[in-house]
Amino acid sequence: MSDVFPKWTNRLPLLVIVGVSLAGTAAMAGVWYYLTPKYTRVGYQPKQPVAFSHAIHADQLGLDCRYCHSTVEKSAHSNVPATSTCMNCHNQVLKEDPKLALVRESFESGKPIPWVWIHKTPDYVYFNHSVHVNRGVSCVHCHGRIDKMDEVYHAKPLSMAFCLDCHREPEKFLRDPKLVTDLKYTVTAEKQELDGKKFVHDWKVNSSQACSTCHR
Amino acid sequence: MSAETSTLSAVKIAPPPKELEREPLVLKNRSIGWISDHIAGICEGKTPKWWWPAFLISATVLLMMAGMITYLISTGIGVWGLNQPAGWAWDITNFVFWIGIGHAGTLISAILFLLRQKWRTSINRSAEAMTLFAVACAGIFPLIHTGRVWFAVYPGYMVPFPNANGIWPQFRSPLLWDVFAVSTYGTVSLLFWYTGLIPDLATLRDRATNKIRKMIYSFGALGWTGSNRHWSNYEKAYLILAGLSTPLVLSVHSIVSFDFAVSVVPGWHTTIFPPYFVAGAIFSGFGMVLTLMIPLRSLCGLHDVITVRHIELMNKVILATGSIVGYAYGMEFFIAWYGGNPYELYAFKNRAFGPYWWAYWTMISCNVISPQFFWFKKLRTGVAFTFIISIFVNIGMWFERFVIIVTSIHRDYLPSAWGYFRPTYVDVLTFVGSFGLFCTLFLLFMRFLPVIAIAEVKGVTPQADPHHPLGGAKGGDH
Repeated sequence: MSDVFPKWTNRLPLLVIVGVSLAGTAAMAGVWYYLTPKYTRVGYQPKQPVAFSHAIHADQLGLDCRYCHSTVEKSAHSNVPATSTCMNCHNQVLKEDPKLALVRESFESGKPIPWVWIHKTPDYVYFNHSVHVNRGVSCVHCHGRIDKMDEVYHAKPLSMAFCLDCHREPEKFLRDPKLVTDLKYTVTAEKQELDGKKFVHDWKVNSSQACSTCHR
Repeated sequence: MSAETSTLSAVKIAPPPKELEREPLVLKNRSIGWISDHIAGICEGKTPKWWWPAFLISATVLLMMAGMITYLISTGIGVWGLNQPAGWAWDITNFVFWIGIGHAGTLISAILFLLRQKWRTSINRSAEAMTLFAVACAGIFPLIHTGRVWFAVYPGYMVPFPNANGIWPQFRSPLLWDVFAVSTYGTVSLLFWYTGLIPDLATLRDRATNKIRKMIYSFGALGWTGSNRHWSNYEKAYLILAGLSTPLVLSVHSIVSFDFAVSVVPGWHTTIFPPYFVAGAIFSGFGMVLTLMIPLRSLCGLHDVITVRHIELMNKVILATGSIVGYAYGMEFFIAWYGGNPYELYAFKNRAFGPYWWAYWTMISCNVISPQFFWFKKLRTGVAFTFIISIFVNIGMWFERFVIIVTSIHRDYLPSAWGYFRPTYVDVLTFVGSFGLFCTLFLLFMRFLPVIAIAEVKGVTPQADPHHPLGGAKGGDH
């Protein structure tokens, strides 16, 4: 048989196989890392109009989360406090501080401070804050150590898999509802297992995984 | 030693009696050279006059389908006529229709090979091509009927991979079994078809006069030289692939039938579905093979290779499978009554006498009555008559799937949820467009690849026997 192709083409199949597998692996790894909320959401830290520090308020001063986010236990939606909540203290404390100029202005004009929303659930997801908080899902599970943040950032991926991790094994996360705002709370694995199973049983926790639980 | 040889050669073997002689598979005692020239000539010669108009029409219809699918995906599934209660209609009908057609190709190429039915060699190549193109048409419908097609892949509904949604395909769902059944079927059919093509691609390569043509066929021929070792490996590979494909003939349509049988819908939830679907698939597939083969044979002058005997044998398969299908229709009705389930009985009464009575009786006339003509030798050897019946078989089998799907779900348990499905023009044009895809692929196939397995047909001619006066290595030049 006459030569149709030059001799070097004998190496071509091997090169193609190696090249395609490398490119395929790279593409998979890229999608895996760059196209999931672990990359796209975690670390999102927009500049807020007022440099409010959760570290000072929640950690140093020891304010409870619910002092400002007062609807978490009662409402599906958790509120960002109105300016009047800030002014409960700041009409006395740091009255003249230039960093709070916008807060005072907002209080006088009645126009809310344009806080930038960080933890957004997509519009096709139904999420109820109160049912989670009242059944011992702590703030820290989804929002991270807010009490250590000078400026708030997106600490957890909040992807569907993130939700399902807990919905599939709620006993690994549930705690006494009195402790939900205690972001420092730590527990041994044995106690968590014991407590968690008890809570799941006593409260008849049914962390449904049906599609329509969240996609209504 | 020499004494033995002399005694052996002294024995005279009488030729077999005339009535035991088999009808030749290639008529007019065509030589091996004629077979190569004639079949390779179809893709080497000048483009026949009819080809371009046929291709342009097919390609236009294909483009229309592309337009309809674009409209569907950009607008939403509501452009089709289906809605509650009939959530499946033409989409799944078309899917089952096309996937069923493929089965004839696999039966011809695998089961008839294992059963040493030598007549398969004239039709297996184009029947397998038909299988592949039918699977391509079939694959489109389940994908687009999800509306947002990218969801089929990305969140892992169909393809299992760890993902940020933390979800996994539902392995208990027959719809997922279907994904695996059809993709396995497509893959094995492609490999089988391609393996069979290798020696013929080498023939085309060796005959090629133009350099680019030579390079393309060389690429496809994978360095085939026709050495004994190549043939030995080839035949082993072919046998293994035939063995792998054989269960697929039965399994793929069984699993397609599970899409219905595993549900609890009256009219779907029956154990007869797998064998009944397989018989229907082979029936429809042979119908389509004949619809393609009869024009191909006259347009390309293949009367000596695809003979009336081939057509007659295929008609016998149609008669057998068509009768099985007719029996299954009867048995479904019997069980609906005998089973004592009022919903089931209603579903069947509604099929025959409800608002879709016209679809049911179209199906019965085409699938039960029309193959019965083939009891008569005169009719099953009539080429034009066979062509007409094959068209009826195609129509009937499309209606069978429509009847099963739509009449079962348009009225199920709750009368308050009853409805009537009407297709929109998008439904109709998408289905018509799938014929555009099918014909475009088939026309390209017949212009660029040998439509008949050259090497295999040569192997079943009398000349292939080295002891034949015209066969083997005679004359000492090889």
